[in-house]
Amino acid sequence: MSEDIIAISGINPRQCMKCGKCSATCPAFEEMDIHPHQFASMVVEGRIDELLASESIWKCLSCFACVERCPRSVEPAKLIEAVRVSVLRERGGSFLSPDEIPAKLDPELPSQAIAAAFRKYRK
Amino acid sequence: MTYSYFPGCTLKTKAKDLDDFGKKSAEALGITLEEVQDWQCCGAVYPLAADEIATKLSSVRALAYAKEKSQPLVTICSACHHVIKRVNNDMQSKEDIRTRVNNYLGLDEAYNGETEVIHYLEMLRDKIGFDELKKKVVNPLKGRKIAAYYGCMLLRPNKEMQFDDPENPTIMEDFIRAIGAEPILYAFRNECCGGYMTMNDKALASKMADKVVNSAKIKGAGEIITACPLCLYNLKENSKGDLPVYYFTELLAEALGVK
Ligand code: SF4
Ligand code: SF4
Repeated sequence: MSEDIIAISGINPRQCMKCGKCSATCPAFEEMDIHPHQFASMVVEGRIDELLASESIWKCLSCFACVERCPRSVEPAKLIEAVRVSVLRERGGSFLSPDEIPAKLDPELPSQAIAAAFRKYRK
Repeated sequence: MTYSYFPGCTLKTKAKDLDDFGKKSAEALGITLEEVQDWQCCGAVYPLAADEIATKLSSVRALAYAKEKSQPLVTICSACHHVIKRVNNDMQSKEDIRTRVNNYLGLDEAYNGETEVIHYLEMLRDKIGFDELKKKVVNPLKGRKIAAYYGCMLLRPNKEMQFDDPENPTIMEDFIRAIGAEPILYAFRNECCGGYMTMNDKALASKMADKVVNSAKIKGAGEIITACPLCLYNLKENSKGDLPVYYFTELLAEALGVK
């Protein structure tokens, strides 16, 4: 399973030096149960089931702050993405259904938000 | 000069201003923006997973179109720019993606990342020049204190986007000076607005939008400009800070007298 996450992300989590810069800069830190810097060590330790069940994969904004600021090219957003798509690629793993969309619409909401949400929350 | 132009889904719907004023201003600057024929939505977020192909195809189709025309491809929306630029980088540098995409698309001539992708602001800076732009301004926005909001997509990751210094960018402030206004520097100009989180966790999205708007307000900004429809939505609708938020193209059109 760790191998799958490493292959999908294209990242070597062993390079992490646990400096914590990624979590320090993450705007969704407080909403996350497992924090960006923990993804690296948990992938190394094979604790993938915990990651798959984590709330954090739905809270990451893909803002790339952790990608830009990681001094070791571990770029946790890519590990988070790999876990997230692993959930979505399982049959029935969708996080957002089209039926939920109408209730979320308001007159000003740009279609870009819906396109992005479907990319992030559905297969 | 004629450039290929990728508007994207939102510039044809909620963000018509961003598109209209962008095209009118380009015309006033002697540039024709030719819309890519039958363009398809870029998907709004770059497919980060290293093994994804299908989600990159729409970008490659637009890129190959521009290549056929031998024109740079101009974008305006930050998200489109981010996605198309990074897919183009993949086509240049990732052999497996290049091969699989080309096998799938079966274009007359394989696409290998030849097209130059430039954001409208880069076009102003690098193709026209802010000094030249300044000369064409007929209605300088004197006395206006404007906060540039960069957000995430234009700047990060810098090794791929190559847009500006990712921690201390200047391109939008230079733009603001060129149209005769005063740029306001503030701490959160390159921090996230909340992005698509507005669909999933409104409270988190609001918290982030508030931080950006308040940070600009404290520094004395009277208005905010952005290149991204989702940033504009979040800063306007999800923040209680009530600063007006405009597309940069609207202010450009105003300064050029074509609004
Ligand atoms: S990309 Fe995700 S994990 Fe990284 S800083 Fe942004 S929200 Fe946090
Ligand atoms: S910033 Fe990079 S090296 Fe530092 S803890 Fe995060 S992943 Fe590890």
